[in-house]
Amino acid sequence: MSDEFSALQLILDGDAALFAIVKLSLAVSLSAVVLAAVIGMPLGALLGLSRFRGRSLLVVLLNSLMGLPPVVVGLAVYLLLSRSGPLGTFGILFTPTAMVIAQTILIVPIIAAPTRQTVEDLWVEYRDELTAMDVGPAGRMATLLWDARFSLVTALLAGFGRAAAEVGAVMIVGGNIDGFTRTMTTAVALETSKGNLPLALGLGLILVTIVIAINAAAWGTRIWSERQVG
Amino acid sequence: MRAPVSDLPLVLDGVSLRAGSITILDRLNLTIASGAPTLIVGPNGAGKTRLLRLCMGLDRPTAGHITWGGRADSPMARRAILFQRPVMLRRTTAANIAYALALAGIPRSERAERVGALLERVGLSDLAQRPARRLSGGEQQRLALARALARDPQILLLDEPTANLDPAATRSVEEIVQSAAESGIKIVMASHDLGQVRRLASHVIFMVRGAICEQGKAGDFLDHPTTEEAAAFVRGDLVI
Repeated sequence: MSDEFSALQLILDGDAALFAIVKLSLAVSLSAVVLAAVIGMPLGALLGLSRFRGRSLLVVLLNSLMGLPPVVVGLAVYLLLSRSGPLGTFGILFTPTAMVIAQTILIVPIIAAPTRQTVEDLWVEYRDELTAMDVGPAGRMATLLWDARFSLVTALLAGFGRAAAEVGAVMIVGGNIDGFTRTMTTAVALETSKGNLPLALGLGLILVTIVIAINAAAWGTRIWSERQVG
Repeated sequence: MRAPVSDLPLVLDGVSLRAGSITILDRLNLTIASGAPTLIVGPNGAGKTRLLRLCMGLDRPTAGHITWGGRADSPMARRAILFQRPVMLRRTTAANIAYALALAGIPRSERAERVGALLERVGLSDLAQRPARRLSGGEQQRLALARALARDPQILLLDEPTANLDPAATRSVEEIVQSAAESGIKIVMASHDLGQVRRLASHVIFMVRGAICEQGKAGDFLDHPTTEEAAAFVRGDLVI
């Protein structure tokens, strides 16, 4: 019990270091979600609307990638960005930028796979109407993504949930550097192993609260806008 | 706004549609010229919907040729089709029309005005900001009509647009169709409602089991049908 009380105390005190960690975590994960949405949604829509040989294989592959282990993504990005790696000259390993890249790769499939399914299902309903209106391939993608927008919010939330919760990728490519690349999840891991359970618990509590708050906000927005547009 | 070339007459020359061993449409020969409405009449399953889809260019025949104004590859730009159950985009009524206008190449600056005019034309001005999916069946058909008219079509194909509507909603749809016909748009409409044929048709194409059984002026078809099937249909007997 005493551990939980100290954790609460830490939050209530509004510790500056704690605030910096929370801010970085949110900045990294939200940037990754935005980037992954920009890449994953058109990609999913494209796959949902195309017909070619080997498409089923690609769909299965994409669905499997939703379960990509964060440490594997972290390792791959580490190899790419390390000094001797192909992108080593940029010198961005152990920076927040590297963390955003790793998380983006991690959640592109999590956003693209459900987008593909949603767009494909909606296309069955829209095919005749859009064909008769002479809508081109790019217009089809845009129309279906827009009309599926309420369903796609769930895909975005799944992506955000994954990004905010994972520790493996950000730990490897960020390095958990105090005051620079330390996020909530890496800090929880570190403090737990150090035996500083109050801080670990406090951070864990904040993390869960933020995830719930963002989901609640998204849910509320969805309900409200569905009422507006039907 | 209109391209110089015409989609009329629409000519079907020995057109058949088969799926495996099943014949859906059987050697149709048909010329649809400009003028008052043509109604495609016949029982369910006669092939009316399939014929309309071919006329739109949505499907290709498995045999025979279709030409629009003498061209086999005429783009869909000059035609519009109203499905029996039109799909409402998940946007407002006005946005549904704006979408069709954008596709028809109307510049953004003119769209608001055109949307207003089309809403007025179909009597939906009061519901402009309502989500389209919340409209009633009759209102949705009228919105679909506005969307079709936004394309400024030369041929408007309609697939039993009043099949699920009550008399009041049917009347308002028919009035829009009438006025579209009077403005020079060629109406080709499927129906199995003889009252509707009487009210709208100048020309009738009577189909049974995928073939054209009889065609001619609406008055002749209704008063002096020449085939046994048409006579039975006009009498109100069940024709299958």
